[in-house]
Amino acid sequence: MNTKGTIQFIEKPSIASTAVIAGPMEKDSVFAASFDEILLLENEKDETYEQANRRFIEKVCALAVKKGHEQMNTIDYLIGGDLINQLSPTNFAARELALPFLGVFSACASSMEAVIVGSLLLEAGNAKSVLAGASSHHPTVERQFRYPLEYGAQKPKTAQWTVTAAGFAMLQKHAKNAPIITHATIGKVVDGGQTDPLHMGAAMASAARDTIERHLVNTNSRMADYDVIMTGDLGKIGLSILKEMFSDTDSHVILQDAGAQFYGENDFFNAGASGAGCSAAVFFSHIYEQLKSGVFKRVLLVATGALLSPLTYQQGETIPCIAHAIECRMEKRG
Amino acid sequence: MDQKQFQTIVDKQTPKAPLFINMLKAFFVGGIICTIGQFVSFFYIRFFDFTERTAANPTVATMVFFAMILTGTGLYKKISQFGGAGSAVPVTGFGNAVISAAIEHKSEGYVLGIGGNIFKLAGSVIVFGVLSAFFVALIKTILVKVGVLSW
Repeated sequence: MNTKGTIQFIEKPSIASTAVIAGPMEKDSVFAASFDEILLLENEKDETYEQANRRFIEKVCALAVKKGHEQMNTIDYLIGGDLINQLSPTNFAARELALPFLGVFSACASSMEAVIVGSLLLEAGNAKSVLAGASSHHPTVERQFRYPLEYGAQKPKTAQWTVTAAGFAMLQKHAKNAPIITHATIGKVVDGGQTDPLHMGAAMASAARDTIERHLVNTNSRMADYDVIMTGDLGKIGLSILKEMFSDTDSHVILQDAGAQFYGENDFFNAGASGAGCSAAVFFSHIYEQLKSGVFKRVLLVATGALLSPLTYQQGETIPCIAHAIECRMEKRG
Repeated sequence: MDQKQFQTIVDKQTPKAPLFINMLKAFFVGGIICTIGQFVSFFYIRFFDFTERTAANPTVATMVFFAMILTGTGLYKKISQFGGAGSAVPVTGFGNAVISAAIEHKSEGYVLGIGGNIFKLAGSVIVFGVLSAFFVALIKTILVKVGVLSW
């Protein structure tokens, strides 16, 4: 059987609970009211940025478990990722959480990769509760991918701001009054031939298009069947590019982007937000709430990731990208 | 959709950098920094025993000191976002590159962190600065020997 990358879940893996912790800059986000906690500082006194990142991953996991009325020792697996070399923040957080752990990396699409792997574990009947999610931390990511924080480099209008945020979800088989994950489409690595690391939206748009298109074909659906199709962090310009790539369909309102909306119209952030924590934070707070309250009944969440490193960029390589999608549905209460 | 079609969409949706406005901003920010530098230079000539030629060294040190204060307080990156090349090209931009790297890598210790990374960004300025100074001096030496110029 050739699934063409789309998985159909029969056993109704569902998102039983979620938790999101965001950083100090994210208090101005349009989604801030939906976040569980907003940190006052990027790092506490006597703590490195990397330690701060690890600390809030541990905290958000504990929070997701608590909100789902479970204990940490009843969780079967922890699956997570971030943007830092060797996944150090998540690996180190997993040391503290002491759960069977899988680290995943799809850059900013890591959250959805984690959810897909978690759903497969539930589907196979090998787990009851799985924690899945991703995080990013602005100062830590900037240092690895760009310049020192205080270095004065002028950012173009296409640049995006890596968010400080972590979003984790507790997945359980058929939890009550929770959105279920019906399908997932695993992304292909797509290269749109883009070379500008300060214009990631353009690079990731091709990957997003490929995944969305395949998902629609494989599930025999149209865009209009969804309340929203939300991409992770294409930003304002990347979203316009994606919309134009789909211009043959009538779905300009259905395509939305978490990164484009994240900071509202604030020009300081240029094209919007990015980072593994961006899609995780929005999908697991605002979108999850809308699903739970029944406002949205069927959504497609497409996290997008640019798979570049400072090394590949400096060696003149183009930017390959990936997008993983999950389809969530809210069934009638009761 | 082929690569060419896609690139057309990308180019259409990507806003062009406002070149003229950016140059104007760079001109004013760079101009203000250099004017301050000129005042510092006058200060050393007027109140200390420096000539126009020897005042350059303490002036550069003072400007880098100003850049350090502005970098440490987080103001320099704001000036740079506005001023672009105007704040990157003067010596204060060099100071900002050195100091921001030092702050950033403090967490890895003084030797491997600060020592090893302080010239991460500014290193190429030094390398190519020394290299171009060498060639300029070489050309001038030849021209003086030939008799076109004099020292």
